[in-house]
Amino acid sequence: MTLCDLKPGQKGKVVSFGTEGVLRHRLLDMGITTGIEIQLVKVAPLGDPLEIRLRGYNLSLRKTEASVIEIK
Amino acid sequence: MKYTLALAGNPNCGKTTLFNILTGSRQHVGNWPGVTVDKKEGVWKKHTEYNILDLPGTYSLSPYSAEEKIARDYIVKERPDCVIDIVESPNLERNLYLTLQILETGVPTVIALNMSDELEERGESIDSSYLEKEFGVKVVKISARNNKGVQELYDAVVETIEKNITPKKIPLFEKLQKLDDEGVANARYEKISDVVKHAYKKNSKVQNEESQSSKIDKILTNRLLGLPIFALVMYLLFQLSLGENLFFLGIPGLGVFFAGWVDILWSAITNLVATGLVNAAPWAQGLVINGIFGGIGAILGFMPLVLVLYMFLSILEDSGYMARVTFVLDRVFRRFGLSGKSFIPLLMGFGCAVPAIMATRTLDEEKDRHITIIITAFMPCGGKLPIIAMFVSILFVADNAANITFLIYVMAMTVAILVALILNKVWYNGATSNFLMELPQYRLPAPISVLQHGLEKIKGFAKKAGTIILASTILVWFLTSFNINSFNGVNKESNVNSSVMSEMDESFMASVGKVFSPIFVPLGFHGWRPTVGIITGWIAKENVVTTFAQVYSDDITDQYLLEYFDGKNASKEELLDVGFEEGLYESEVAREIYEGLLQEGGDANALPTVRRDIPTKSAGFAYIMFNLLCMPCLAAVGAMKRELKTWRKTFGGVGVQMLTAYIIALLIRLIGLLFGF
Repeated sequence: MTLCDLKPGQKGKVVSFGTEGVLRHRLLDMGITTGIEIQLVKVAPLGDPLEIRLRGYNLSLRKTEASVIEIK
Repeated sequence: MKYTLALAGNPNCGKTTLFNILTGSRQHVGNWPGVTVDKKEGVWKKHTEYNILDLPGTYSLSPYSAEEKIARDYIVKERPDCVIDIVESPNLERNLYLTLQILETGVPTVIALNMSDELEERGESIDSSYLEKEFGVKVVKISARNNKGVQELYDAVVETIEKNITPKKIPLFEKLQKLDDEGVANARYEKISDVVKHAYKKNSKVQNEESQSSKIDKILTNRLLGLPIFALVMYLLFQLSLGENLFFLGIPGLGVFFAGWVDILWSAITNLVATGLVNAAPWAQGLVINGIFGGIGAILGFMPLVLVLYMFLSILEDSGYMARVTFVLDRVFRRFGLSGKSFIPLLMGFGCAVPAIMATRTLDEEKDRHITIIITAFMPCGGKLPIIAMFVSILFVADNAANITFLIYVMAMTVAILVALILNKVWYNGATSNFLMELPQYRLPAPISVLQHGLEKIKGFAKKAGTIILASTILVWFLTSFNINSFNGVNKESNVNSSVMSEMDESFMASVGKVFSPIFVPLGFHGWRPTVGIITGWIAKENVVTTFAQVYSDDITDQYLLEYFDGKNASKEELLDVGFEEGLYESEVAREIYEGLLQEGGDANALPTVRRDIPTKSAGFAYIMFNLLCMPCLAAVGAMKRELKTWRKTFGGVGVQMLTAYIIALLIRLIGLLFGF
């Protein structure tokens, strides 16, 4: 399953992420690395983007970006 | 001996606040060569032998954005005498990622743990001596917003430079050489986790408790309340800065209030100077009063709006709410290829395009910023209202004025969205930008920082826009007041007061109008007069109305005044009193009366020259839309130049606006011909 499939409040560990190029580097720079635990905090009022919490801070990203992040 | 210090750090780490505290007003904003990223430099107020350079706020030094490339190149190639790495203490883990990358370069570094007081209030702390031992550089605790720890920071910088304290070469740095990108990120974060475990003393009570910030966020970005609260905040922002009638109390908002006072003050000064110039030649009076003072007045009038709006925007930005605005609205604006932050400039555009365009600074993506700047100028701002009011009332006499006005508003907004979509497709190949945005903790903004932000903005605006506006106002004044006979003595002989100046309808401007008017024939309006209206509208859009009053003054006959206006807004005597039929009047007074009159109901059919130049409703409609959509006033173009940085991009933007205006006006005219209106 991907980060998108989490319900608000649920947590998951990053297994892998299937993307290339700039987005991949951005995700890495923002601390999304394999094995890290991510919590889905909430979904924006209009259904997108998402707010997640990792490494002690909150990050927002769109569903298209979240869908490349495999978690368990 | 002069030293250079570079400030580096994540966005939201308090870097700008520290920069402002250290340099005070002694700062200079320029551009990095070749890119449109701000380069801020200043001198340390208390220790003038130190130059301070504010590097762009980045999360990393990997070269994937212009900002990161600049920060990296500067540190590695220019090698400042010392890098001050500012770390947001409550967010140590992610901030250390950049810190590690800076330390890897081997440049002398001081780590400043900012917001350390915030941490202590929560009963948490960072063991700075552990960090010092681990990384081999000086670590100081500071609080930029409370001006704490600055002396300690200075001592650390002095010691670092004197003893050339460079970072310790930890084994990790060597290991990184052999890893791929993902391995590097993993290895760095592993090291960071280890450091954080040893250095960061958590308060288990606080960690389990819901933080203040997420409590606030529960309400502000709530599924049901998020949008209404946002609408309320925007309404307040708009009313307080640009509102003419604050909360229907009959008093103006702060920005408009101050703008009014500036206007009164400036008029008084202008009058004083005018009195002093009574005996000067008419052209000298004109140059000083209409050219120079008029030009400066146009800039001054915008200052309070820009200042107040900017202060409110920086409160939103510093408090962390701006990031939530983007979060809440992203879904809507992404459809047009923009981001949620585009909403604020577009809304501001209904008041005044100048602060609105400057508000695009809060957009992170260059693409979003460019498109938003261009389409913000399409919004029907306050200056365009008189145009709409006048033409609707004289050209659409029998129609419902409110409906037509509403239609014009809807059209302007639709055009803005369409242009955004097209630009996104054509210029940027429909690229969707990444949307990885930190949602920072809510914080109370520091008043000093808010004020400094605002002042910095208007200083920049006055400098850059000022020169453009002043020069162009003088140019237009010259063109409307002189003709070739001004210089060969013909005017001097024929004019009663032996002035060398000419009437507007014989001026260079009229000639310019004649040259360009053929361009507008396909749009349905003829002759030089409407063209001159468009040109003077570039000084300020409301000028279109005054210019019409002036160039069509022959149409305003006694009979016309009697038939349509006597006893309605002003009596015929009053009108003749201000010299209405001769086009000689104080433009301010005339505009008020004229607008009043026209809204009460005139009729273009009784104005033969107007009727001839703009023969049909569709031509009139095309004329309104052209004025609304074409190049905005020069003050706004000045703001465009300031935000787009290069003349090439500014002219590109104006070109898009001109083309859009022409196409839309042409379409209106064609539809008009087709349906016979």
